[in-house]
Amino acid sequence: MAGPRIRNEADPVALEEAALVDQARGGDLAAFSELVRRYERRVYRTARHIVQNDEDAEDVLQEAMLKAFEHLDSFQGNSKFYTWLVRIAVNESLMKLRKRKSDRSVSLDESIETDEEPIVREIAVWDDNPEQRYSQTELREILDKAIDSLKPIFRTVFILRDVEELSTEETAEILGLSIAAVKSRLLRARLQLRERLTRTFKRKGDQILGYV
Amino acid sequence: MVTCKDFLRELGEYLDETTDPATRSALEKHITECPNCWVVFDTCKKTIQVYKGMDPQPLPDPVHERLMKALERKAVTLGVKEDCSEAKA
Repeated sequence: MAGPRIRNEADPVALEEAALVDQARGGDLAAFSELVRRYERRVYRTARHIVQNDEDAEDVLQEAMLKAFEHLDSFQGNSKFYTWLVRIAVNESLMKLRKRKSDRSVSLDESIETDEEPIVREIAVWDDNPEQRYSQTELREILDKAIDSLKPIFRTVFILRDVEELSTEETAEILGLSIAAVKSRLLRARLQLRERLTRTFKRKGDQILGYV
Repeated sequence: MVTCKDFLRELGEYLDETTDPATRSALEKHITECPNCWVVFDTCKKTIQVYKGMDPQPLPDPVHERLMKALERKAVTLGVKEDCSEAKA
């Protein structure tokens, strides 16, 4: 059995995770179950944001975890386990979308709109901590609804970069995009979300102004 | 001189603090002079922060249980040793 290869040997969490992966690779279901428990919420959240319904998100979660378990040998250990896992989940999610509808917007290869100038239409100052005006449930609904309104090519990049906090390079690798495409789509996604959230979070009494 | 369009084009790098120092100081100068761009920057930053602050919700119990059952079945088909307490339950 190959020994664990990790990037930062001084990091006890990384060491422990590498050991778990190694045990799971040797056929230890308990070790793999521990990895599942660590990451199932994040994998489910990512899938849910891409496929936009609970049933498909659960399918993706199961498919991704089963594939990861079956193909753990192909995990080289030179990236983080979560990055490898989420790549499987993103691919499964995109396949779901493509199967559901022959929607051209599902393609991540399109260069549509990404070369255009980012658009800003509405400008208004927000409250200092607008999220405090809402309960956690309300806030979650507001944020989820805003993400759901984005096209797949924008929301997928936003989720990986700003929700899952993967690097630009990791996101590019997972989605098979160039670094420039990731950056361009991320900016557009951020601006679109900003625009939508401004309608909810703007300081009371302020006018929304036009822009460039 | 940085225009509003220049600022918007560079906004992503500026938010991620990956611009070179010269560009950064030019962009900083622009937002001290342009209230609209300052608001766009500030609200974009808050947009990112509010999403980063949200923890993933716990998985519904039945979803977790179905996942573990599916893994258990997979382990059987792969001929994996079953020493997982949850798989035995």
